[in-house]
Amino acid sequence: MTTQSAKKYRLDGDTLPEGFRLPQSDTEDADEFFVNIGPQHPSTHGVLRIVARLSGETIVEAVPHLGYIHRGIEKMAENQTYIQNIHLTDRLDYLSAFFNNLCFCMAVEQAMDIGVPERGEYLRVMVCELQRIQSHLLWWGVMGMDLGGFTPFLYGFREREMITDIFEEMCGARLTMNFFRPGGSSFDAPDTFVPRIKKFIKIMYKALDEYHTLLTGNIIFQERTRGVGVLSREDVLSYGCSGAVLRASDVSYDIRKNDAYSIYDQFDFDIPSCTEGDSLARYQIKMEEIVQSLRILEQAVEKFPEGPYRSQPKAVYKLPQGSYYSQVETPRGLFGTYIVSDGGPKPYRVKYRSPNFSNLSALNHAAKGLKLADLVTIMSSMDFVIPDMDK
Amino acid sequence: MSAETLYPLQNGIGNMVRSLFPETAFIINPALGLISVVILVSILAAFLILLERKVVAHFQVRLGPMRVGYHGILQPLADGIKLLFKEILKPKGADSFTFFLAPMLPLTATFLIMVIMPFDHHLQLVDPAGGVLYVLGISGLTVLGILLGGWSSNNKLSLLGAMRSGAQMISFEISLALIMLLIVMLSGTASLRGIVLSQQGLIFDWWIFKLPFLGILSFIMYLVASTAELNRTPFDLAEAESELTAGYHTEYSGMGFAMFFFAEFVNMFISAGLATTFFLGGFHPPLIGISAVDGLLNIIPGFLWFFGKTFFIVFVYMWFRWTFPRVRIDQLMSLEWKMMLPANLLLLILGAVFMVLGWA
Repeated sequence: MTTQSAKKYRLDGDTLPEGFRLPQSDTEDADEFFVNIGPQHPSTHGVLRIVARLSGETIVEAVPHLGYIHRGIEKMAENQTYIQNIHLTDRLDYLSAFFNNLCFCMAVEQAMDIGVPERGEYLRVMVCELQRIQSHLLWWGVMGMDLGGFTPFLYGFREREMITDIFEEMCGARLTMNFFRPGGSSFDAPDTFVPRIKKFIKIMYKALDEYHTLLTGNIIFQERTRGVGVLSREDVLSYGCSGAVLRASDVSYDIRKNDAYSIYDQFDFDIPSCTEGDSLARYQIKMEEIVQSLRILEQAVEKFPEGPYRSQPKAVYKLPQGSYYSQVETPRGLFGTYIVSDGGPKPYRVKYRSPNFSNLSALNHAAKGLKLADLVTIMSSMDFVIPDMDK
Repeated sequence: MSAETLYPLQNGIGNMVRSLFPETAFIINPALGLISVVILVSILAAFLILLERKVVAHFQVRLGPMRVGYHGILQPLADGIKLLFKEILKPKGADSFTFFLAPMLPLTATFLIMVIMPFDHHLQLVDPAGGVLYVLGISGLTVLGILLGGWSSNNKLSLLGAMRSGAQMISFEISLALIMLLIVMLSGTASLRGIVLSQQGLIFDWWIFKLPFLGILSFIMYLVASTAELNRTPFDLAEAESELTAGYHTEYSGMGFAMFFFAEFVNMFISAGLATTFFLGGFHPPLIGISAVDGLLNIIPGFLWFFGKTFFIVFVYMWFRWTFPRVRIDQLMSLEWKMMLPANLLLLILGAVFMVLGWA
């Protein structure tokens, strides 16, 4: 594509930044060229930059470049008290803000040996499962949009809005919710909490049927996702993937079952898993997870107990010297918090283990040799949230 | 009595102009024709954009434009003003001449095809004997415009979009041509008016029904091929906003973009109009053989039937667009070369057999 104007502007490969370089014209790779997907691109879901080396429409290599949203949250954590740190966690993965809050609080609870009252635990499970559905609804809509159908995007938002309203009434925020505290939560649930969830469960089952009619059953959708971005059992394990990416490749591992936290062991639910490891399998897992979350919610609203929602420990937390780790199952997979304390009111070091970062590392492997459009399919089936991987 | 004798090709306005201004009629008549086409295309573009927005809004359970005028009816005007005042940008390193030439080509094509659309018995500017060939030839201008636009933008995503579009439109044009050829073969004429007149009679004389089950099959194939030809979802790979941000028109702003956009919408109308002409009896009312009903249907003028059928097909295109995801480029090409093309060739042979047997 060297035109007259390309010569005029010296687009010859030497004057361009890295990633834009064209291969030497006398090599075998002369037909290959680089295309930047992102950092601002409709299907990178944030500021992810992927430098794709293409041969025609075929991906030779897709290398993610991070650093466009880096805010140094782990460094900031060292200058904030433990309570102040909770609000930083919900900026990590804003679609699983409650999970991140919870994970940090659980690490503090573990260090200080703080218990949580039963109502508080129920609140945690219900809020987290609601948010899992909320996150999956956004993912479902976005996946439809990434595959070229705009209508699913708005349908997903329609039901998501109901959950967002519940959250808004509960803690005032609609996206970066800052709700959990060591020993429970900052507020009690409002009176409308349970009726609203009951109403939502009813509507959501019907909506799911509609979703399956609109997208899952569509032949084009199935052709676009079946066999696309296959990751084997060995691949997902070696890349450290988690969440639906892991479970779609025949590894039935979920923190809620395998390392049960909170009161998840009291609920009856299944962990869906598939063997195919392709984008369709990841899609099906996530859709099934919505159903399972609804099941948990159904059980929880029936048994939602009265009583205190928070044990009242002292307001300033000073964690005893040592290191503490806690992990939760977010909508995207395993989220871990590692805190090193020197005994002061602020953590000495905080490290977050985010699910998206390790899932992203499998992207190149999954996309190699496929078409450019498949890269988008794989990215949306893995459900990336960029601030989480680029902390 | 044959249709040609019932409705001889005559031109009331043209004859009037000729009798009033015998000296300058050869200038006035074409000028009138051109003006009417320009007016029609601009009204259609504006109306179709509003229609698309309203249809998608109802598909997505929302209202769509509501503020500018009654139910947002003046929204296209507001859009037009906005596009007029937008700065026209040219990317660094773009090929200026080609870059600004490209958006004009698809728009030109829409005008050129509009000229031979048979809207009614006497509502057609010209009726060349090889009308179908003319349509196929002119629609190549759209491909050219898109290819040049993508190529001259100095943007790899645009280039990819243009290449996809070129490959896609040229391939599907073959299928489209074969389907048109089938109808030309059946009706024995390549003039669009002739094709419409060959479907005169009851609703069962329309080519979609007259040809036993092959008619419906080829109609569906026409819809698929023309959707691909139009670059609309599920075949909008040239734009593919999730992969190529906006494909061939990524770098176009203001009126450059508007020209591509208008052309796309008017082309949708043209494709639907051709479907009406080829399969749905054009301007003929759907007579069912019961004289009381048929009398009523005959009262409605032909151009209303034409627009009614055409807008129904337009609605079907929109229906596709707002419910289907997008196919992948290799799937698209294999659909054309491995399924549509062989199927069309077979269809052509079967159609010939039917003709020989006298079934159609």
